[in-house]
Amino acid sequence: MALQSLDIVRRSATTLPSPEVRGAHTGQVAKLIDTTKCIGCKACQVACMEWNDLRDEIGTCTGHYENPADLSEHSWTLMRFAEYENPKGDLEWLIRKDGCMHCEDPGCLKACCGYCIAGCPFDIPRISKKDKKAYKCTLCSDRVAVGLEPACVKSCPTGAIVFGSKQDMTEHAQERIEDLKSRGFDQAGLYDPAGVGGTHVMYVLHHADQPRLYSGLPEKPRISPTVGLWKGATKPLALFAIVATAAIGFLHYIGIGPNETDEQDEEGARLEREKTS
Amino acid sequence: MSSRDPARIERYGAATRINHWIVAISFVLLALSGLALFHPALFWLTNLFGGGPWTRILHPFIGCFMVIAFLLLGMKLWRDNTLQRRDWIWLRKIGDVVNNREQNLPEVGRYNGGQKILFFTIIVCLACLLPSGIVIWRQYFSGYFSVDVVRLGALAHAFFGFVLICAIIVHIYAGIWVKGSIRAMTRGWVTPGWAWKHHRAWFREVTKGIQQR
Repeated sequence: MALQSLDIVRRSATTLPSPEVRGAHTGQVAKLIDTTKCIGCKACQVACMEWNDLRDEIGTCTGHYENPADLSEHSWTLMRFAEYENPKGDLEWLIRKDGCMHCEDPGCLKACCGYCIAGCPFDIPRISKKDKKAYKCTLCSDRVAVGLEPACVKSCPTGAIVFGSKQDMTEHAQERIEDLKSRGFDQAGLYDPAGVGGTHVMYVLHHADQPRLYSGLPEKPRISPTVGLWKGATKPLALFAIVATAAIGFLHYIGIGPNETDEQDEEGARLEREKTS
Repeated sequence: MSSRDPARIERYGAATRINHWIVAISFVLLALSGLALFHPALFWLTNLFGGGPWTRILHPFIGCFMVIAFLLLGMKLWRDNTLQRRDWIWLRKIGDVVNNREQNLPEVGRYNGGQKILFFTIIVCLACLLPSGIVIWRQYFSGYFSVDVVRLGALAHAFFGFVLICAIIVHIYAGIWVKGSIRAMTRGWVTPGWAWKHHRAWFREVTKGIQQR
C-alpha cells in the first residue's frame, strides 16, 4: 500500500500544479462500504468519534434510528436508515453509512474558499458554528499515512466496511455483487459514480439501479453546472475582460489622447455668458 | 473656493464629494478583496486584508457599507440622470465621443448619456450584488437558503461584480481622459470653458442664474 497519502494531490486557491512526480503506483486507496452486510450497529460512528476526538451534542429522538439526525462538524459519518417496501411487498431496511465520498474530482475543492458546501454534490461538509471552519471525514489520512485502515473500517464487526487499493476494492465488490445476484438481487451493483470522476468511498448496493432508495444517495452526482461555470470558464474570461477594458482605456489615451479644455472653449463660454447676461 | 468667482463654476458640493470618495474607496477595497476570492492567481491580494479568512470576513461588511453610502449618493444624483432623447442621440454618436469631436454631439445637460448609462449600470449591479451577496454570506444567511440558491447566488455575485469592475474602470478612465473632471470631484469646481464644452445645456442653466445644486 502506498504510504504517500499525505502528499497533496490537489489544492484550492492556486493555478499552479502540485508536486506530481510521486504517484500512487501501487494503486489509489478506496473504502468500500457494503450496504448489504451492514447491520446498522453504529460502531463506525463511535470509532470515528473516538479516533478524531469528536463529541457531538446529545440530541433528542426524532422518531427514527438515525442519531444524530444529520451530519455535523462533530459527526463526520452517520448511519442513515431507510425503510423500503419492495415490489413483492416485503420490507427492506436499507442502511447506508453516509460521509465524505472522497471524489476524484471534488466539487468542494473546486468551490473553495468558504463555498465547499455549495460545491459538494453529496451535501457532506459542515461549517462549525464556533470557528466558522468546514469539517468532514478525512478518510483518516493520519492513520492511512502510517499503514492503518480508517477507524470506521477497523471497528466494523461484519466486515461491511473494507479498505485497500481501489482496484482491490473494486474486485472485492464484484465478488459480493455476484453473490448478491445469485441470491435474487439482480440489480446489485457498485456505486462509484463517474460524474465526479469516481469516488474513493464506494458502496455495494442491493439496488444499484435505485440509489435514491438509500436515504437519497444521488443517482448521477456531478459538480453542479452553476459551480462549474462560476469556477470554470468565468474566471479566466472575466479577468481577461477586466484587463482588456483597462488596456482599451490606455490605448485610447495613447492613440486618441485626452480631451482638454482650451482657451477657445473658455472664450466660447465667455461669449455665451455675455450674450445671455 | 467661491462660486461667485467668474473663472469657476461649482459642480459638486463638499458633501457630495465626500460621499463620492467614501463610495470610491469602499469600491476599491471590495474589488480587491472580491478579486482575491474570485481567482487563485489573485489570492495574494488577501494579504492586504490580513489573510484569506479576514478577507472573507471583511468583504461583506464593506459591501453593506458601500451600498448604504451609494444609496445616499444615488438619491442625490438620481434626478439629473434620467435618460432623455438627446442622451440616446449622444450615445448613438459614440464614435464622435471617443474621438473628441464634441462639435458633432447634441448639447449635454448636467450628465451625458454615457454617465447616465453608467449610473444605471451601477444601480442594477448593486441591486443584484446585495441580495446575491446576502445569500452567499455563509456566516449569517446561507443556512436559510437551499444549496442550489447558494450556487446561483455565487455565480450571480461573481458576474455582477465583474460587470461593475469593468464599468468602474470605464468611469475612472473617463475621468483621466476628460481633463478637468477629476478636479470637479476633488475640488468641486470646473472652468466655464469645461462646462461649456462638455455640458453646454447645464452651463446655460447655471449661468442664467437658475438655482444651482
